[in-house]
Amino acid sequence: MKTHRRNKLIAIIGGLVLISGAVALILYALSSNINHFYPPTEVSQGKAPMDRTIRVGGLVAYNSVKRADDGLEVAFTVTDNQNTLEVRYEGILPDLFKEGQGVIAEGKLVSKTEFKATKVLAKHDEKYMPPEVEQSLEKYGHPVQSKSTEY
Amino acid sequence: MAKAWRWFHQLGSPKYLFQKTGQWLPWIWGATLILLAVGLYYSLWASPLEARQGQGHTVRIMYIHVPAAALSMVGYIAMAIAAIVGLVWKMKMAFAVVRSIAPAGAAMTFLALFTGSVWGKPTWGTWWEWDARMTSELLLLFLYLGFIALHASFSDRSKADKASAILAIVGVINIPIIYFSVKWWNTLHQGYSVTQKGALAPEFQVPLFTMLAGMYLLFAALVIMRLRAEIILRNQKSRWVMEWATADAKKVTHD
Repeated sequence: MKTHRRNKLIAIIGGLVLISGAVALILYALSSNINHFYPPTEVSQGKAPMDRTIRVGGLVAYNSVKRADDGLEVAFTVTDNQNTLEVRYEGILPDLFKEGQGVIAEGKLVSKTEFKATKVLAKHDEKYMPPEVEQSLEKYGHPVQSKSTEY
Repeated sequence: MAKAWRWFHQLGSPKYLFQKTGQWLPWIWGATLILLAVGLYYSLWASPLEARQGQGHTVRIMYIHVPAAALSMVGYIAMAIAAIVGLVWKMKMAFAVVRSIAPAGAAMTFLALFTGSVWGKPTWGTWWEWDARMTSELLLLFLYLGFIALHASFSDRSKADKASAILAIVGVINIPIIYFSVKWWNTLHQGYSVTQKGALAPEFQVPLFTMLAGMYLLFAALVIMRLRAEIILRNQKSRWVMEWATADAKKVTHD
């Protein structure tokens, strides 16, 4: 490669490296703000603000979902397997909402153990399987939902 | 060494590139149509539903969404590489390639965002969240559109090529951010399904991989068609273009 071409290539790659470094530092500084949510344990420790809209995330505890007979009110428990948080919500739940499934709820804390949600989002994991596979997995006792390593 | 680089220099010749791409194009289109026909058949009819995606058929959105998202990133990387070649080797055809990829790449990015949104509403419960994966993909759309706008804002073509090439190269930093976003941060978007073993059941792999191959070829066909128009546009005054145009005109009048 001719010298002037090589110098140009080095300049371009050097520039890219420098800008990448700057972007990496910005992202590192902001990393705690990029879609951050509070697991129940942090809420119970008082790390979550009470008067602001926040997000909490975790798994829907088994046998905790209670639906109102009339209307769209629903209450359930979110757990991170250490602490729990009671969530109340009125509205349509996403398809994936299910006991054992990961959810992210947006709203305000009523107390350290109670949360009033204005929005509930379900999280889909990376696994895709046909219904028959899920049925046989359930039948033979393997848990279908990943044990939420995502959170 | 000189021989090994010959193909590279040959591709720098507008006439050679125009002729070669003209020979490839029918084959690429043929393979595209076959793969997309087979892929769509598997995607829309001959594949099972997903266990947890309650609305049943929403899983089928994946077969368009994943290839579109992959191509939005691969297209941008190709653009950045061509931009580096253009700047370092002062190769005009490389700049023509960069400019030809941009509209197809922008279309794929839009398609990925749109299909993702339509899938997200029933599955997650939201059309849009400012999560790291979605925000960085939206930034990619703006980079493509910004490139197109920047190139169009110069009246001098070689200035336009150089300035927009720099934008294309700088923007490539966003690509690893998009790709690794689901690993680096807690995102609403799920992690890797395609590359992680066992995550995607084999029933879903057949339609997805066929659609991936078909969409890659479709992307190549679109870029090549745009590139050929770009070559003609940039070489209007060359003799071979004049001859090609008049030969074509004669054929039309004789028909």
